[in-house]
This record gives sequence, C-alpha cells and structure tokens, in this order.
Amino acid sequence: MEGLLNFLLEPIRFEFMVRGMLAAIMVGIVCAVIGTFVVLRGMAFLGDALAHAILPGVAIGYLVSDGNTATLFWWGLGAALITSIGVGGITKGARVKEDTAIGVMFVSMFALGIALISGVRSYAVDLTHLLFGNVLGVSNTDLWLVGIFGSIVVITVLLFYKEFVTIAFDEVHATTIRLPVNIFNYVLLVLIAIAIVVSLQTVGIALMLAMLVNPAATAFLLTRRLPTMMALASLFGALSGIIGLYLSFYISIASGAAIVLVSTGFFVLAFLFAPQRGWVSRQFLSTSA
Amino acid sequence: MHRVGSLTATLEVDQLTAHYDGKVALDNVSFSLPLGERIAVVGPNGAGKSTLFKAMTGLLTPTRGTIRIAGHPLRRSTDIAHVPQRSVVDWTFPVSVADVVMMGRTGKLGLLRWPGARDRAVVQNCLAMVHMTNLANRQIGELSGGQQQRVFIARALAQEATLMLMDEPLTGLDVTSQEEILTIIAELKDQGVTVLVSTHDLNQAANSHHYEEVVLLNRELVGAGKAQDVLTPERLTKAYGGQLRWITTDQGTMILADSCCGHGNHH
Repeated sequence: MEGLLNFLLEPIRFEFMVRGMLAAIMVGIVCAVIGTFVVLRGMAFLGDALAHAILPGVAIGYLVSDGNTATLFWWGLGAALITSIGVGGITKGARVKEDTAIGVMFVSMFALGIALISGVRSYAVDLTHLLFGNVLGVSNTDLWLVGIFGSIVVITVLLFYKEFVTIAFDEVHATTIRLPVNIFNYVLLVLIAIAIVVSLQTVGIALMLAMLVNPAATAFLLTRRLPTMMALASLFGALSGIIGLYLSFYISIASGAAIVLVSTGFFVLAFLFAPQRGWVSRQFLSTSA
Repeated sequence: MHRVGSLTATLEVDQLTAHYDGKVALDNVSFSLPLGERIAVVGPNGAGKSTLFKAMTGLLTPTRGTIRIAGHPLRRSTDIAHVPQRSVVDWTFPVSVADVVMMGRTGKLGLLRWPGARDRAVVQNCLAMVHMTNLANRQIGELSGGQQQRVFIARALAQEATLMLMDEPLTGLDVTSQEEILTIIAELKDQGVTVLVSTHDLNQAANSHHYEEVVLLNRELVGAGKAQDVLTPERLTKAYGGQLRWITTDQGTMILADSCCGHGNHH
C-alpha cells in the first residue's frame, strides 16, 4: 500500500511534473469536448491539416522570441485563427475536391514552417518540441494561457451546445430554421484551432490529432447519448494525460507519445469490450442470434 | 398553421428559375396552391423536385423568382420544416428520439436559451401525434424504417412550421409503414399543416384520399392543381415522355412510371 502511494507521489514531488500534469489534464478535457464534434462530423482529416498548418506561425514566433513559449502561443494562435478562417474559403471556392485542396494547402504550410525553423542552429531539438510536445517544460504563464483559452473553448461549446448539435446532426434542418450555419461552422473551426494551440506544448503538432479523436471515439463506442459521450471523452482525455505522464516518468519515454498511446489504449479496450458496439459483444450477439 | 382562411392563404411560387450543378433545374415555374392541404410533387428523375425543395429550405438561392407563404417571402424559422429522406440521416449519431424532436425547437428558442417545461411538453405532444411516446428514449439507430420517418415528422411538428416538406417519405418502407405515414399526413392536415411531399409514385399522388393537390414538374411546370386536371395522359406524356407505361384493363387505366434507376439521386 505504501509502495503504491510512493509510486504515485514520487513524480509529483517535482514541480515541473505537477505543472505538466495540470496542463495535460486541461488539454485532455478541452480536446475531448471539441473532439466530440470532430468525430461526429467526420472532420479528423481537417483537424490534422489545421494542426500542421499552424507551424509557419509558430516558427515565426520561435524566430522572433528565441523560443519563449508564451510568445509561441500567441503566434500559434494568430496562425490558427487565420488558417481556420481560410479553410472555409478554400473548401468553398476550390475547383478540386475538398480533401485535395486541404492536402495541397496544409502540407505546404507545414513545409514552410520547417523551412523557416531550419535556418536556426538548434533546429533539430526545437523542432522536435514543436512537433511532439514538451509538456515538462510548461511554465506558470503557459498554464494560465492553457487554462484561459481552454476555458474559452469549453464555455463556448456549452453556451451554443444546442446550435452546434443541431447543425452537426442535420445541416438542412439547421438551414430551414434559419440558424446562421456558416457562422457556426467558422466558430467551430476557430475553436478547434484554439484547442490545437492550447495543446501545442503538451502533445505537439504531429500528435495533435490523437487528442482530438481518440477520447471522443472511445466515448462514442460506450454511449448513445451525446452529453455522456462528451463527459466520458473528457474523462478519458484527462486520464490519458495523467497515466501518460506517469509512464513517461517511470519508463523514460517521450511524454507526448506516452499520453497519445494511453488514449489509444483506452480506444482499443472500448473497441474490444464496449457493451454494445464492441467487437467481443458483437461476436457474442452474432453467434447467439 | 398561420393565417389559413385569409385571402392570401396560399403557397405561391412565382417565376422560379434555379440552377443546380450549373444546369437549369427549374425553369420559370409558377403556381399557387391553397395552404392547409396535402400536395404531392411528382415528375421524372431530374425534373427539379429536389431543387424546388432546396430553394424552399434555403439551401439553394434561386436565380430568379420568389416563393411566398401567405404573402410573405420565406425568411422566418417557422416557415418551413424539412423531413429528410431516411438515406441521408446519420443513424449512429448519439441522440435519442426525444433529443431529435427537441432539435425542432432550436430555432424557436433562440441563442443562449435552454429548453423549458413548455418545450418538453411540445415535444411530448408531437411524439404522441406520431405514436412514438413509448420510444422517446431510444437511440435513433434502434428504430424501424417507419419509426425513423415518424421521428422526423415529430421534429417538424415541434418546429411549428406552416409548411412541411417531405422528401420521398415512403421510399424503402413496407406497405404497413407506408399506410401509417399516410395516415399521419392526413392527421397533419386536420391540424392545419400544409404538407408538400415529393414522390415517385404517380398512382399514390393521383389518389385523392392521400393528396388534395398535385404539382407535376419536368424542369418547367407541367401542371398544378387537382389530380384529375393535372395527371391527364397528355400532361403525363409531356412530363415523362417515353418513361411511362400505360396499361388498360377492364378495371381502368393504370400508369407505371419507370423510375428504376434514380432513387435518391433525383435533382
């Protein structure tokens, strides 16, 4: 018993671990809440593209600030807002298919970001932090930024929950009742963008998508009610952060990757053992039927 | 449900021209029909039935022309309710029957307001009207085809709209479920709701027990009014050309519309 307690308490004797843990929990919740809509509306590819597309903005922030994380945050936020607004225009005005347009645009943006950073000497290490996160380097300022902007995302979703759900379920109906569907779709993109920037330090650009999709997808398998799905997703998101950091501490693996792998573990468990939608119960149902 | 009985209680489509995928889908269509009736919209695939519905829902902006209900253009959240074709709905979406019906109230409630006791009462009433009260807490994927269609009729009712658009509501349903839906549509008429139904089934459209009015389209308007005036051999031939089969027996004449290849893909 005491051994277990020590096992659990040992990492949080370090202040950087406590800060990292808090950041990971907040990121887990924020991404799960907005990720619920990403999963229900099938926007995973768009979410991934958006995450990669903010790299040039982050890169400029990095170049002008010498790697100060708060400055990176603001530049990332600016880039994310611009790209999320741009996405709407691209997918509407393009003459090619939507996913093609997204693919061309955002991988190019990603390349531009790498090109910008590659001029700096310590490029490899810093790029790794941007791509895969550096949750143990979270400062108090960073925590505040994550908390404030994460709250903005969650509160906005809760305030306009009824509209977001109505639109996600049936856009035609939303149009006939004269909801401003386009405005809400832009707001959703902006919220996804903010969630991405909030998570930048915890999991980084390359692993971002997992935080948006995994917890929400896990919850989708376990419930047939949307509020429950959102709550369960938040729980899995937060737990992934906590367990991931313990793993990272004890077996010395990269923290962002550890968090993502734990969230994937939850998904696999749900995929296999979910009461109705899981693989095992479906096998059982099909043999008993 | 509004202003029925006043002089302007009509659904008025005036010189409506609309493009879809760069082609003319509706060409200068004008008709005027009384509100409070059941209207069947028929025509071959590509005749513009869906385009007419899209123009009414606001999904598509007409190139020219206007649609008015009781004299005012379609702008309010209570003008039109849309009952989608079952094939376009995401039935895995994690919502219950009652949740979907409550979505009919989203527009009426307005921003930053949560459903109250009155809204819940409306939802209960609407569920009762389509005989779905005992299934209120089911996830929508766990329903039969007829039940799925009835959920969306209840949502349209909860919206308290003047005009209800139903896109191929009977497609893919068994005969019993078709009868149920037609009975519910008849009950809606008693409530004063105007129902516009797009359908492939000419014989059903011609049945005056089911519809008071018929609109026959083939990009242009071929006819609008009572079935016996609209569904004449001349007009049907004009609308369908070679796609129609006429079978004359001692029981009368039967029409077969050949719409084999276009279910769910008509514009």
